[in-house]
Amino acid sequence: MQRNWLRNLSVVAFAALVLAGCSSTGKKAAQTGPLPGDEQPEVTAPGQSDSEISRVDAEGNPINPQTGMPLSRVFYFDYDKAMLQPDSLAVLELHAVFLKNNSDRRVVIDGFTDERGTREYNLALGERRAESVATFLVSQGVRRSQIDVVSYGEERPADPGHSEAAWAKNRRAELVYR
Amino acid sequence: MKNRLLAAFAALWISLPLAAQITIEVDRGYDNPKKIAVVPFGVGPNVAGVENPSGIVSFDLARSGQFAPTPTENMLSLPTRPAEMLFRDWRVLGVEYVVIGRTEMDATGNLSVSYYLFDVLKEQQLSNEKFTAPPTSLRDMAHLVSDAVYEKLTGIQGAFSTRIMYVLARDLGTPAVKFKLEMADADGARPRTLLESREPILSATWSPDGKRIAYVSFERQKPSIILQEIATGTRTVLTDFPGLNSAPAFSPDGKTLALVLSRDGDPEIYTMNLATRELRRITRQRAIDTEPSWTPDGKSLIFTSDRGGKPQIYQVELATGLTQRLTFEGDYNARGRMLPDGKHLVCVHRRNGVFHIALMDLGRQRMTALTSTSLDESPSIAPNGTMLIYATQDRGRGILAVVSIDGTVKYRLPSSVGDVREPAWSPFLNRTRG
Repeated sequence: MQRNWLRNLSVVAFAALVLAGCSSTGKKAAQTGPLPGDEQPEVTAPGQSDSEISRVDAEGNPINPQTGMPLSRVFYFDYDKAMLQPDSLAVLELHAVFLKNNSDRRVVIDGFTDERGTREYNLALGERRAESVATFLVSQGVRRSQIDVVSYGEERPADPGHSEAAWAKNRRAELVYR
Repeated sequence: MKNRLLAAFAALWISLPLAAQITIEVDRGYDNPKKIAVVPFGVGPNVAGVENPSGIVSFDLARSGQFAPTPTENMLSLPTRPAEMLFRDWRVLGVEYVVIGRTEMDATGNLSVSYYLFDVLKEQQLSNEKFTAPPTSLRDMAHLVSDAVYEKLTGIQGAFSTRIMYVLARDLGTPAVKFKLEMADADGARPRTLLESREPILSATWSPDGKRIAYVSFERQKPSIILQEIATGTRTVLTDFPGLNSAPAFSPDGKTLALVLSRDGDPEIYTMNLATRELRRITRQRAIDTEPSWTPDGKSLIFTSDRGGKPQIYQVELATGLTQRLTFEGDYNARGRMLPDGKHLVCVHRRNGVFHIALMDLGRQRMTALTSTSLDESPSIAPNGTMLIYATQDRGRGILAVVSIDGTVKYRLPSSVGDVREPAWSPFLNRTRG
């Protein structure tokens, strides 16, 4: 029990850390107070009911109840970094809610890098990016057993170009629902 | 220097369709390339439909940067037998060494290639040898002639009869993307496909006997390490743990494989006993530890780690676990490979935001950039330590290039389609000798 409490504390601390300094959506989420752990508390996204958040498109991907459009499943990263960008968090929170409401669904997080640097190091960096997303989802109460992580490093660029613009598109993590 | 070499290539152009596609740049060039003449080999009766070995030999020697072959049209005589050698014909041209030879077909349908090497100044025969094999092995025999001539004149074992492996990617960034693991002669000739997949293939590496390869394949929708017998194509999955299974590297005795697994939460270096498949964890750091390769004595691994904040190259002694950092210059040094002398390493080095291949003198702690293009990566050293092959880009396309270990000679290997990357130079291969 002591250990669980400690673990929860550290997860909350982490969530607070990633949420600190992010946009208005982030603040709202912080107020609801995600408390992941053995109890799996129900966290509702602000203004939406659980049933709405569970809507999926024809391919089984979650739909954003606010816009009616599929939730964005691609998240970008800075060069050489694996930290989530603040504007990724609001959408990732919605993915977390979807996964908690649909505990039978699994998601694979694919991690990618741009082509700069060595291939094996990039494979490791891509894994670190995908793990950042996984850690955030778990901090929001998603069960780790629902998540798989695969790194493709620089092997599967979204844009095969060699410009800064192409590289920015390639430094990413993608959520693939199963 | 540059002009002389270019002239030599102009002469080879017509007889060598493959060679014609290779661009050779000589940066500074060797101060004194040896002037050598490789005379068109005599062709015996019943020999038809095979290339003249002289073009292959001449081109091999020229690519080393240590030889300046004489164009055929400048030759005053074309001897094919020792008795026909007139040394003054070569002295007037300033030629120092002459290679002559013959190809003959024997009664069993085998082709033989014989050669003689002469020192013009001393008017002396330095060596001769005869190779016999089926006619399909003409190129192998020609490369063996190059190896023998190179070794006789430089004292260094030739690596012209070795091979290279590389990954060819087509239609990247599209749903039709395809990856091929290819093997070719060291000069890029005779490519053949070892594996074709719709999923990425990377980190292909040779066993020290050149009979097996290991690589990372995503064919199971995640990376796993595969072992493949070249002759039979038999494949074995070596590791398929959750997370990364990557960066395989055979030990010098071929009994152990170094590799990277992230099943413990982050990438760590392991060794695997290939007979028992027993794993041993080598690194224990909450950091990226990857790209292991063996020191020539097989007692240590060098690897890349960002334990200090940025990727740098470290060395760990396997018996004691004693670890030391090897690179300090620059904020990105990765994928180190030690030269056969154990005193130098080559790595990917970032300087002013650009990735180069660099050579580091471990004793003097000095880093020298060998290449000046951008996005240069995956250096792989020839088994005789004189050259390395690496991946770079040409007008947005991945290509392979070779640079001498002192940075003076560079050439590019031809590629007609797709992105070519991740070259791996084979060890010395034992071929049949006649």
